Amino acid sequence: MVVPLEHVIALSMILFSIGVLGVLFRRNAITIFMSIELMLNAVNLALVGFSRYYNSVDGQVFVFLVMTLAAAEVAVGLAIIIALYRNRQTVNIDEINLMKN
Amino acid sequence: MSLSFLFYLTATIAVASAIFVVLNRNAVYSAILLVLCFFALAVLYLLLEAYFLAVLEVFIYAGAIMVLFLFAIMLLNLGHEDALPKFMYLQRALSVLMVALFFFGIILIMLHEPGVLHQPGDTFSAGGIHVLGEALFSKYLLPFEVASLLLLVALIGTVYLAKRKI
Repeated sequence: MVVPLEHVIALSMILFSIGVLGVLFRRNAITIFMSIELMLNAVNLALVGFSRYYNSVDGQVFVFLVMTLAAAEVAVGLAIIIALYRNRQTVNIDEINLMKN
Repeated sequence: MSLSFLFYLTATIAVASAIFVVLNRNAVYSAILLVLCFFALAVLYLLLEAYFLAVLEVFIYAGAIMVLFLFAIMLLNLGHEDALPKFMYLQRALSVLMVALFFFGIILIMLHEPGVLHQPGDTFSAGGIHVLGEALFSKYLLPFEVASLLLLVALIGTVYLAKRKI
């Protein structure tokens, strides 16, 4: 292995934490979606690292399925955001509070 | 230039571009930087000997998904995000605190379990497309078919949601 597994996991955790911060920081729904993609990629990196470490192909199959899920999720999610924009003329999540009151 | 140096260099690029994705207020710049992050991750997959997944990362994420994002940004005509209202600052401080707790918690767990993760394997034979395809079509045949069903459902749902009148 090129580097110890701990370093791969640490990198994966750093990327995941940045993704969580992005979800909590931004108001723009599109940027929040990008942060979710970042988190999925961080988990993929950890799975690839474990697959390399245990010399097994199972982790890579999981990554393959996660990529399929990410593609489906982005397509549906962006369609929802566009439908939301048509109805409310905004994608700022703090202005979309129809169910709050 | 050794391979481990290349790993750390690419990891630095990935982390830096991810930070700028999160901190940037302009959604278009965020999307472009996210493409850079995906390319860095593809290089990391290559260094971890997952060759087919590196190709898929560039195809699916940097190709298909980011084009979809850019189209959505264009359709929504997103410009600069406005400055925050006052009440959001407390939420930001709390979120930084929570993420720091999560991060250092897992670092502590990793430091306390040194026996599990210390010895990397030296040979690797599962990186190519041949082994992956064999596993996908024998052991993981059912998840593979369910994934194709999921894609079909997503396709129908997207067409229905994007119609002018719901």
